[in-house]
Amino acid sequence: MSVALFWLFAILACGGAISVVLCQNVSRMAASLILCLASVAVLYFLLGADFVGATQLMVYVGGTVVLLIFGIMLTSSSPSHQLRTSPADGFLAAGIGVLFLAIVAFTIGGVDWAANSQKLAAAEPARQGQQQQDLSHGMTTRPLALALMGVRPDKPGAGGYLLPFEIVSVHLLVVLIGAAYLARTKRRVVENQ
Amino acid sequence: MEAVSLNSLLWVGAVLFVCGVICMTTKRNAIGVLIGVELVLNGANLNFVAFSRYSPLALDGQVAAIFVIVLAAAEAAVALAIAMNFYNCHLSIDVDRGDELHG
Repeated sequence: MSVALFWLFAILACGGAISVVLCQNVSRMAASLILCLASVAVLYFLLGADFVGATQLMVYVGGTVVLLIFGIMLTSSSPSHQLRTSPADGFLAAGIGVLFLAIVAFTIGGVDWAANSQKLAAAEPARQGQQQQDLSHGMTTRPLALALMGVRPDKPGAGGYLLPFEIVSVHLLVVLIGAAYLARTKRRVVENQ
Repeated sequence: MEAVSLNSLLWVGAVLFVCGVICMTTKRNAIGVLIGVELVLNGANLNFVAFSRYSPLALDGQVAAIFVIVLAAAEAAVALAIAMNFYNCHLSIDVDRGDELHG
């Protein structure tokens, strides 16, 4: 069941991403982006990352995409004047994209991930005796919150994330002030001045 | 989910990443470029969460994913403010018209 769901939403996510690239209309691109991001959120749920999936739905689909749609509405020019990519550029980009995907796929196929995981586990001898908490069934909210506060009951001996959390908090505040300063209303430039 | 291999998840992430890069390079609309950046960040995020599930990384991958989501939201806010300013200056959102610094 979950395997079928995985393939369904993996195909939906890839299809959404490809239709973002192919659409020339910006509003349709935003709609495809919503499909893609929501499918990725379902993939997170299937992977047992329930809090990350919920955050993805709330912050990305509910926040960032709405912000983008507001941007599209505020900057839309006349419908007759659409910004189109020239076909030559499109073919060139498609060729480069296929080559780029081939490089990434070659790299993915060339690495033995299971052996890497064993090496990683062997490199942490202090934690070998202790059983790591199984996160495959979700319930990650409490361990995640504790990790952000600097306590790691799920992985004894590992460091917490209190300092990055504080840095990100200050960063968000600075970004909010900066965005409000940048986007304040100014006198518009008259075109035939 | 045990039957789904790590490689298939990495494949989905790779497709999202490549689509985002193409979107960033080919779109002439500044908002389209922003959408491409979001796609790239999502591809990277999917890899983080996949590795948190299939490797001893465990919770660290999910914490990294949350930080990426927060930073992506901040980036979108600032980039949209810059796009608004660009639109106010040029009365167009075409990135090809931002060539004042062209040598």
